[in-house]
Amino acid sequence: MPADRNTRVVTGRFGDEAAKRIASYEASGGYSALRKALAMRPEDITAEVKASNLRGRGGAGFATGVKWGFVPKDAKTVHLVCNADESEPGTCKDRELMYWDPHLLIEGMIIAAHALRAVHNYIYIRGEMMREYAVLQRAVAEAYERGYLGKNVAGTGNECHLTVHRGAGAYICGEETALLNSLEGLRGQPRLKPPFPAIKGLFSNPTIVNNVETLMNVPAIVDKGGAWFAELGAGRSGGTRILCVSGHVNKPGVFELPLTITTRQLIDEVCGGVWKGRKVKAVIPGGVSMPPLDETELDVPIEFDALQTDERIKPVMVREGQQFDLGGGRALRTMAGSGGVVVMDDTTDIPRALWRIMKFFAHESCGQCTPCREGTGWLEKVSRRVAEGNGKPDDVDLLASIAHGIAGNTICALGDAAAWPMLGFLTKFRADFEAKIKKVKAA
Amino acid sequence: MSLEFSADARQKIAALCERYPTKKPVVMAALHLAQKEHGQLSDDALRLVARTLDLPYAHVYGVATFYTMYRREPGGKQTIRMCTNISCMLRDGYAVLEAFERKLGLKRGESNAEFSLVEEECIAACANAPCAVVGTRYLLDIQPGDVGKLVDELRAHPHPESEVV
Repeated sequence: MPADRNTRVVTGRFGDEAAKRIASYEASGGYSALRKALAMRPEDITAEVKASNLRGRGGAGFATGVKWGFVPKDAKTVHLVCNADESEPGTCKDRELMYWDPHLLIEGMIIAAHALRAVHNYIYIRGEMMREYAVLQRAVAEAYERGYLGKNVAGTGNECHLTVHRGAGAYICGEETALLNSLEGLRGQPRLKPPFPAIKGLFSNPTIVNNVETLMNVPAIVDKGGAWFAELGAGRSGGTRILCVSGHVNKPGVFELPLTITTRQLIDEVCGGVWKGRKVKAVIPGGVSMPPLDETELDVPIEFDALQTDERIKPVMVREGQQFDLGGGRALRTMAGSGGVVVMDDTTDIPRALWRIMKFFAHESCGQCTPCREGTGWLEKVSRRVAEGNGKPDDVDLLASIAHGIAGNTICALGDAAAWPMLGFLTKFRADFEAKIKKVKAA
Repeated sequence: MSLEFSADARQKIAALCERYPTKKPVVMAALHLAQKEHGQLSDDALRLVARTLDLPYAHVYGVATFYTMYRREPGGKQTIRMCTNISCMLRDGYAVLEAFERKLGLKRGESNAEFSLVEEECIAACANAPCAVVGTRYLLDIQPGDVGKLVDELRAHPHPESEVV
């Protein structure tokens, strides 16, 4: 049965302060999926996750079961790492998930570790999330005490360890190879791929890195079956989706919703419409790394494939007559990303909003690749002078040219993450930038 | 001056070393502990971490200067991390940051003995923008007019970041 707006796969315990303690979690059915999973063969769990169409909730939307299948069959030491470094602006779901239901994450990780035959596993949590770090530390200690973690998991003789590793402030550590370097005690700078982490990851061992929300869906998949989960979803995406809505709406929030919901339905029916009776100017559909939608593009479902391929969403342009090429001539429209939906009303100063996004990327570039280190700095400087009313006539073209010079030319996706929204905003709101620049000239 | 870790910190570091195949991954936790116990990551504090984990000083220095939560200079007892990123900016986050600056008599990036005021990037509480985090406490849906009361509350019930280290 497809999910409706009341379906709760991962947010069922939200609002219940007691649920984060293990006794309460067990009393509401917690750790029963783990017992079922421990009786299954590891490859059967992976097959179930493949059948579920679960896709990574961190941003890329890659099929989780397929990723698990990349671990070499003869691997001796495998690690599972949970990416809890949530820091994509506009995204606030993983922090809530860990706070309200830490044991669901731990249960999902023990099941995944069983499927991957992984013994030493880690949660990499963002340094600023001090409250959630404390909650997770306590929950992990409880799981050890109850025998779900340790040398004899639930009496099966399996060994599974979980360590919460706290970061110290760096957006880039949400990139999986930077995260692995950080976990190893290095500066958080991304690694060249290949080799991919599933082949050579943490401590050079095959490693699977999964997002918090992704792993929290695993117990329900084991409990109710991959087919059930696939049916909740739409097309090639299983389950529900958590959307974090912020900005100019009447009721911002974190909502678990069907994948079929459109941006317009989300704003009008879930979030009580745009605030102050105003209209939508722009919507960022999946964290600030993603190109924005304009008012005419809100009737597409906020789902991985739809946002990338639906022709109602205009392609991002490099300049007039030249589409941005994602490779093989594929157009860039936008993507579902991390679920961070940022709504801007029709009074928003778009150049200033874009400057703030560029300031972020310039601050967070790790400095390893020249196009990103230098390019994000220039994007920030030029977009700031445009926003402040000091733009030069060629600045719009200059910004597009810098962004195009970064995209695709860096080790990790942070370069693209800065370039895509820049090109996307220029494609759809060019007039807003030009108006600011002209105003200066006239004055 | 040669610095030392407390017995509690030494025990925490030893326990963490059991969790990884080498000591190197413990450097981040050890830096958090050194900052807690010595207030800032001075050269001597970095030497302490290097000595404790058998790592080159240069490596520890490199890690300490990459991550923004490590502090080479002294800071306040509490750190107010005020987000001004897009979701907060759209709801007047900069006005809130300015209200904190006035109330504390500090510019963003500055500290006194009591507080450090940091302009933070997104803290993942966007649905309650504008927001700030102070140790384990989140300040949500802040209006500029709330700032005076919030600072008074923090003075009465402090949430130092070292609490969770």
